[in-house]
Amino acid sequence: MSPRLYLLQRGTAMVMVPLVIIHLVVIVMAVQGGLTGGEILGRTRGNIAWAAFYSLFVFAAAIHAGIGMQTISREWFGLGNRSATIAGHLFILLLLSLGMRAVFGVYGI
Amino acid sequence: MSAAAEKTLQVEVWRGGTDGAYESFEVPAQENQTVLDVVTYIQRNLDAALAYRFACRVGVCGSCAMTVNGRPRWTCRTHVSRVAKNGELKLAPLQNLPLIRDLVTDMTPFFEKWQAARGRFVPGDGPKDRFAQVPPEEKQRADANAAIECINCGVCYSACDVVSWRDDYLGPAALNRAWAGYNDVRDGDRNGILKAVSSGAGCHTCHTHQSCAEHCPVSLNPTFSIAGLKRATLKASLKGELSE
Ligand code: SF4
Ligand code: SF4
Ligand code: FES
Repeated sequence: MSPRLYLLQRGTAMVMVPLVIIHLVVIVMAVQGGLTGGEILGRTRGNIAWAAFYSLFVFAAAIHAGIGMQTISREWFGLGNRSATIAGHLFILLLLSLGMRAVFGVYGI
Repeated sequence: MSAAAEKTLQVEVWRGGTDGAYESFEVPAQENQTVLDVVTYIQRNLDAALAYRFACRVGVCGSCAMTVNGRPRWTCRTHVSRVAKNGELKLAPLQNLPLIRDLVTDMTPFFEKWQAARGRFVPGDGPKDRFAQVPPEEKQRADANAAIECINCGVCYSACDVVSWRDDYLGPAALNRAWAGYNDVRDGDRNGILKAVSSGAGCHTCHTHQSCAEHCPVSLNPTFSIAGLKRATLKASLKGELSE
């Protein structure tokens, strides 16, 4: 792992800490009086702030997990350097597409 | 005959190469006896063909390390009374190194990585009559001192999971040495050390799980050294000093 990849992984972890906390706190607060899917979408649809919040979340998580997957592929699945890098990148793409699909869904595109 | 002299140790010793097997020996128990004493007894009295390695017998040369009851240890300073379970010892060669025969491993990869991590001094080209001023209380000198007393025994290398997963990982001992060298202000190419440890499977490959520090017989802390290298390489990388 190069120093830059290392920084990227630590950096994305740090970005995710407040995001996870806000995510959980908002869920707990929002469901106090019971909440339906329709009500959630009513609040998130067209709300650019939530879309930006979760887009950042998705990008940070995808990069963080992708670098981790690269390491795991090498150490546990015995892949070579090249294959492990490809596995890491594919995993990033997978998480990005799943995550952004969800973001687009709640924003309402 | 005293009670202690009548007692015997049941000793299982790895014999042969990777396709070998354990062989059992009975060795008289002594009150004061190191694991190396036991191996020497077997070689001198029971089987002269047993291959093992030692030199100083006092914890200086680092050549006597083996796996004792599952843990890598320096055998010349390990008392049987501390490690034997019910008078039983199981002796195997070090892990993570190619086996030559019996208890002897090939240390070549260990020392090649030492070189790959730039674990040697490179003189500067300053005038010979100008000496570096190194106050002993300086932080860098203290860091170098804390890492310098390595006896190259390979115990940490054998205890490191990441070495067992990746045979290209430089490993705790080489990186610990690199950190000592990096903190030596007299070295003529300290940036070269950072380049050496940050390319390929260098310091950032470490998982910081401290197995090396836990097992090091002279209580060094390679994990701490590696954390230092991570910080130093990160700083240098952000300043663009690590690019070719
Ligand atoms: S802290 Fe790093 S070098 Fe030490 S045993 Fe763990 S992975 Fe290996
Ligand atoms: S750091 Fe400790 S365990 Fe590792 S080679 Fe040096 S003395 Fe042995
Ligand atoms: S024989 Fe020298 S350290 Fe054990």
